[in-house]
Amino acid sequence: MSDAKIVVRRLGVFFGQAQSLRWVTMDVPRNRILGIIGPSGSGKTTFLRTLNRLNDLSPDTHIEGEVLLDGQDIHHPNFDVVALRKRIGMVFALPVPLPMSIFDNVVYGARLAGVKRDKWDELVERSLRAAFLWDEVKDRLHTSGMRLSGGQQQRLCLARTLAMEPEVVLLDEPCSGLDPISTAKIEEALTILKAKYTIVLVTNNTKQAARVADDTAFFLMGEMVEHGPTSQIFTVPRDKRTNDYVTGRFG
Amino acid sequence: MRIPPKYTQMIAVAVLAGATLATLAVLLFIIGYVLNKGLPVVSFQFLFSNPEDMGRAGGIFPTLVGSVLLPLLAIAIAMPLGVGTAVYLTEYTRETRATKVIRFGTDCLAGIPSIIFGLFGFIFFVVMLQFGWSLLSGGLTLAIMILPTIIRTSEEAIRAVPHSYREVSFSLGATRWETVMKVVLPNALPGIVTGVMLGIGRCISETAAVIFTAGLALRLPRSVFDSTRTMAVHFYTLAREGISNENAYGTAAVLIIAVLLTNLAAYWLMHRFIARRTK
Ligand SMILES: Nc1ncnc2c1ncn2[C@@H]1O[C@H](COP(=O)(O)OP(=O)(O)OP(=O)(O)O)[C@@H](O)[C@H]1O
Ligand SMILES: [Mg+2]
Repeated sequence: MSDAKIVVRRLGVFFGQAQSLRWVTMDVPRNRILGIIGPSGSGKTTFLRTLNRLNDLSPDTHIEGEVLLDGQDIHHPNFDVVALRKRIGMVFALPVPLPMSIFDNVVYGARLAGVKRDKWDELVERSLRAAFLWDEVKDRLHTSGMRLSGGQQQRLCLARTLAMEPEVVLLDEPCSGLDPISTAKIEEALTILKAKYTIVLVTNNTKQAARVADDTAFFLMGEMVEHGPTSQIFTVPRDKRTNDYVTGRFG
Repeated sequence: MRIPPKYTQMIAVAVLAGATLATLAVLLFIIGYVLNKGLPVVSFQFLFSNPEDMGRAGGIFPTLVGSVLLPLLAIAIAMPLGVGTAVYLTEYTRETRATKVIRFGTDCLAGIPSIIFGLFGFIFFVVMLQFGWSLLSGGLTLAIMILPTIIRTSEEAIRAVPHSYREVSFSLGATRWETVMKVVLPNALPGIVTGVMLGIGRCISETAAVIFTAGLALRLPRSVFDSTRTMAVHFYTLAREGISNENAYGTAAVLIIAVLLTNLAAYWLMHRFIARRTK
């Protein structure tokens, strides 16, 4: 087995007739941050949602190719989707706290996974600390998560995902709409977290990818154009389209 | 000639306010009239003693009990069925021809006059299944009668729960069932309760379907196989047969107050529930 946590082979995703991902092949290495960049509509979100099989929820979705998690095909009929989603956590582009307390939001996944009640307090503190939110909310854990600011909500969603203790964390533009300070906090959290997790970070902000990603993949119109160490993608890209995009000369 | 927007605005406000006031006035007049005629006979004695001489004298206690038990039984049957159906239609099936047929069917069912349900209940529960005139026959009949309302209101309430909540729940490793129980139903509850309240209201005020299935007994029911009379039926019988107009209005007054109190209680409960979730 290679060092890749996730192996993607000739992945095609169709919504009805339209094809949103065109035969993507790449490896997601373990304990690193993979940044995914690309213009709007290039299939970045679709790619993430394929990894934890959230696309299954949309009607008329059709998937071809292979996605292997630790060598196991996640689309195999015997593969347990619910278990998969416990192993691959996701933070959505728009923060969606569930309409319940901060505390209940954080333990939502752990509770379902059967984590014992006496472990919850510790789990909530650890997860909120890892998401750099603890100090701001420790005195109001039992108030609604919906009362938090946008940036706090996004960090709550990160904490909620971390509390599941997943193996992989998928983040879909977690910093869009956040101020530089919140963004810095999330980025700091990610660089610490990669020691424990495999992270895939979709971002519209190429600078962010340059700052935090170890590897970067560039998507364009459903295709994965180029994939490699971040330094290489941003300095000596092999493809002209990548070069145009990262230097902001796109279009 | 065009009327300047400023005036159309004023006219609109006047018409709408007038319509609201007229509605309120009619409502208040009816309630006021009934309470005015009925309240004088209402007393502790009236509420908690047995009727005598067909209701000409005495109180209404058994019909009060009937008006509590029958709707409760109907709701106890209709709510799990209705909410279950709504969850199935919204969460477990994709929109197909079959779901459209089911929805069309429930809509048709909702428009059927209650006396038809009464006849059906009489033939099916009372005669065929030999439940006789009983709480059980009445409860089952009313349950069928209010089922469409409960299904539709629950369905709308469930559909109104943002899709993103479900996605979040799934992404945190919840199964569909866990998502339904922990995210969908709690958030749909206010809407579901509204449907249930509408259902209870219809059960409490129903006469036609109840007379045919629960009967007219003026004794306290000792089991679900005993016949029972509700306040609405009692009022109808007293007024219709000219037994006692005073007691008829007394019963009506109690009925109105009971309905108001149930609604108030439901709203209070719901507000507490919502406040607890968003505080
Ligand atoms: N559920 C769906 N049903 C139909 N088409 C979809 C669905 N989800 C995505 N698409 C289509 O797939 C394509 C890729 O969308 P995707 O959301 O992956 O883009 P993205 O790279 O994440 O864009 P952005 O940066 O704007 O978030 C788009 O053309 C979109 O319309
Ligand atoms: Mg996207």
